[in-house]
Amino acid sequence: MIDRNNDEWIAALSSPGPQRDAALVDLRALLVRGLGYAMARHRNVSGADIEDFAQDALLKILDGLKSFRGESRFTTWAHKVAVHVAFTELRRRRWRDVSLDEATSLPEGSLLPQKWIDPSAKTEQQAMQREILNAMRHVIANELTDKQRQAFITVHIRGMPMAELAEKMNTNRNALYKLLFDARKKLKKQMMAKGLSAQDVLAAFGS
Amino acid sequence: MTLDLNTLKRIVRQSITTREDEIGCRQCFEQLDRFVEMTLAGKNAAEAMPLVQDHLDHCGDCHQEFEALLDALRALE
Repeated sequence: MIDRNNDEWIAALSSPGPQRDAALVDLRALLVRGLGYAMARHRNVSGADIEDFAQDALLKILDGLKSFRGESRFTTWAHKVAVHVAFTELRRRRWRDVSLDEATSLPEGSLLPQKWIDPSAKTEQQAMQREILNAMRHVIANELTDKQRQAFITVHIRGMPMAELAEKMNTNRNALYKLLFDARKKLKKQMMAKGLSAQDVLAAFGS
Repeated sequence: MTLDLNTLKRIVRQSITTREDEIGCRQCFEQLDRFVEMTLAGKNAAEAMPLVQDHLDHCGDCHQEFEALLDALRALE
C-alpha cells in the first residue's frame, strides 16, 4: 500500500482512472482492517458484513470528498465514515422488528423504584437519593410531554438508538435529539429547584 | 424492561450536566475526526473541543462510535 498524504488521496480519488482504482483498493483494504478492530466487540458482525460496510463507506467517501476539510488525516476521516456506516446498519438490523409499543410499555410503578436508595449509605446521602428519585419521577410522570416521555424512556431506559426511534416516531434524528434535550433540561430544572446542586446530585449515587 | 443502577446513575448525570449550548449529532460527527486525533495524540481533547466532549457525554450512539473509532485507530497505529 502506498503511503499517501491528504492531498495525494484527494487527487487520486477525485477523477476516474488507474490512480483512483489503485487508491480505492488501498482504501478499501484499510477500511476493512479498521472495521475489524472497530467492531471487534460485536460478535454478530461477519467478514462479509465488514466488506459490505467498507464498500458502502467508499461510496459515501467518494460522494463526500469535497466535504473533507483537511482538519485531520484523510484516513481518519475515512475510518470515521466507515464506523458510522457500520453502526447505522447494525442498529437497523437489531431494532427494525422492535415495535414502539413493545419498547415503551412500562409496568405501573416500575420506573425508578425505591430500591435504588442505598440502605448502606449515610442518612444524608439516602435523603439526597430519595429527593433525586422523587424529582425524576415527578418530571417523567407530570412534566414531560407525551413525545418527550416516549423518547426519554425508549432511548435512555429501553436503549433504542436514536435513528431507529426517530424512524418509528416518524420524525428525524435532530427533532428527536431536541425532545431528549428538552426532557433532560426539565429534569435538571426540577433537581435544581429542590436546591440540589450539580455536585450534590453527582455525588448522591456514588458515581 | 429493567432499569439497573448504572443506567439510573447515567441518566441522573446526563440530566444534571445538561448545558444550553449542547450541539447535535451532526455537528459532533463533523468534528469527530479532529477530536479523535487529538485524543490519540495524548492531548486534552475535552478541553480543546468541549462541545464535542459534551455531546459525547450525552449521546450514547455517538459515544459508541467514538469509542469504536478510537479502538480502530489505536490498533492500526
